[in-house]
Amino acid sequence: MSIISAQNINFSYATKPIMEDVSLVIDEAQIVAIIGPNGSGKTTLLKIINGTLFPDSGQMLIDGKDTRLWPRQEIAKTVAIVPQETASIFSFYAEEIVLMGRFPRLSNYRFENKKDYRIVHEAMEKTDTLAFANRRFDELSAGERQRVLIARALAQEPKILLLDESTVFLDLKHQMQFLALLRQLNVTQNLTVMFVTHDINLAAQHAGRIILLYCGKNYAIGKPAEVITAANIKEVYDVDVLIDQNPQSGLPRMTLIT
Amino acid sequence: MFVLFLAIGLISLCVGSVHIDLINVLKSLVNAFTGTISLSPQEELILFSVRLPRIIFAGIVGASLSLGGVVFQAMLRNPLADPYVLGISGGSALGAIAGIIIGASSFYLGIPLLAFCGALATVFLVFVVAGGTRGPLLDNSLLLSGVVVNAFFSAAILFFLSIVNSLELHSITFWLMGDLSRASFKEISLAAICLFTGFLIIYAQARKLNLIVQGEETALHLGVNIERTKQLLLIVTSLITAVAVSMAGIIGFIGIMVPHMMRLVFGSDHRLLLPVSALFGASFLVIADTLARLVLAPAELPVGVITALCGAPYFIFLLKRKSL
Repeated sequence: MSIISAQNINFSYATKPIMEDVSLVIDEAQIVAIIGPNGSGKTTLLKIINGTLFPDSGQMLIDGKDTRLWPRQEIAKTVAIVPQETASIFSFYAEEIVLMGRFPRLSNYRFENKKDYRIVHEAMEKTDTLAFANRRFDELSAGERQRVLIARALAQEPKILLLDESTVFLDLKHQMQFLALLRQLNVTQNLTVMFVTHDINLAAQHAGRIILLYCGKNYAIGKPAEVITAANIKEVYDVDVLIDQNPQSGLPRMTLIT
Repeated sequence: MFVLFLAIGLISLCVGSVHIDLINVLKSLVNAFTGTISLSPQEELILFSVRLPRIIFAGIVGASLSLGGVVFQAMLRNPLADPYVLGISGGSALGAIAGIIIGASSFYLGIPLLAFCGALATVFLVFVVAGGTRGPLLDNSLLLSGVVVNAFFSAAILFFLSIVNSLELHSITFWLMGDLSRASFKEISLAAICLFTGFLIIYAQARKLNLIVQGEETALHLGVNIERTKQLLLIVTSLITAVAVSMAGIIGFIGIMVPHMMRLVFGSDHRLLLPVSALFGASFLVIADTLARLVLAPAELPVGVITALCGAPYFIFLLKRKSL
């Protein structure tokens, strides 16, 4: 069943068009990578999916329902996003940040109960952030902050997880750990994952499908081998690359020709 | 944990009051604990008709201003915001001055009412200038238009100050620096009801405030209906601040200082920050007002002088210690 379905979406900031006639269908429990050059509309697409931006025309359906019709608190139970970076003006502890992920599931006067704390604890365990639960969020390194934000998104218990270049600040070990976690959640909890990345090899290795955006258009969508071709990369990024196969997985591997 | 913090807040409130009682003991040789039975009628009058309402009133005003500070600092995501940023001080001052000049003080609630109208009119003006009627409220435009309107009103206030006679000048100056001595029991209960309802409404938004502090985008991502929340908070907070200011005058520094002090001690979670700030703000103003009564006894200082005298150095200390 398709969990995300975009139909002829157009979107522009003021007069600058960002998305032009984008349509796509994502099935439940898929891992999808979104790639494309700067300004191609990757982040905008994520924001349209989680309903913080609405398309000027066309429809974005989440679970078969138009994002305009979703109350904010409801959509936050279904879709979680890990932003690139957040700036808080007052300092909070890392654990408090993760606890905020429980917001959509709590009513106004309620405090988090044992179950909420357990979920938060698990989310922090999975992201290897328990060690600095009691440190101030703004004193952590960029990679540590990113992992806390990932934990917060997991604490939302979403069906769809959107990641905006979340692996950029992670070191190799945490990158591998994180990608393994995504695959595990994808298998055990049918989590649908969409991640934006500039690392084309990472996308090719870990995504079942790849969306290649170019100038606000859905330039190519499909299996890694279909999208990651030398011709596509040349057209979209204007660089010459060599595509061969990863010796371990057989998936496409890209090498820049210098 | 919450219970613990609440208890600490309550204790701080008691300490404030007990402190006063102790000073009373020294000052008028009345033991306030056993005093209720052994007091002379005169002393009883002083204690229950003058001091008690005044202390309660100081508590209410202190709590209102501190709450206002917490909410505006979070909502505008600016650590330098205070309850007056949206022009409430300037507006109510202008209203009060107009009242003093036309002699509204002879009517029941005359000056507070005018001050209150002035405050609300100003908030509305700021809101319109910031473009709040047209589209989403941007914090910066709200903040800037508040600053601009306040500056304009200060000029107007200075103008009035230079044309009034000396008697009016005295009462205006006293009003401008904050004066807790005028409130009657009726006014106090009115302010108490406003504060209490306001607090309940604001407290329901506490977790939303936590998220708003993380950035509006994040709040939106995590399911906060941000425009509605901001409008609600703006209205409720302006109301309780306007009520406090219109009755007590402008008492500076409490609203900006108390939230920061409490954040240093209790962290930034608004579910704690709101109640402890209200309680501490209340105790702080009670202490400040007591000092204001004592320093030049039997004459009085405006309480605003004390809060500003304590507040300004503390603020510099805070700025030096860490960049807020």
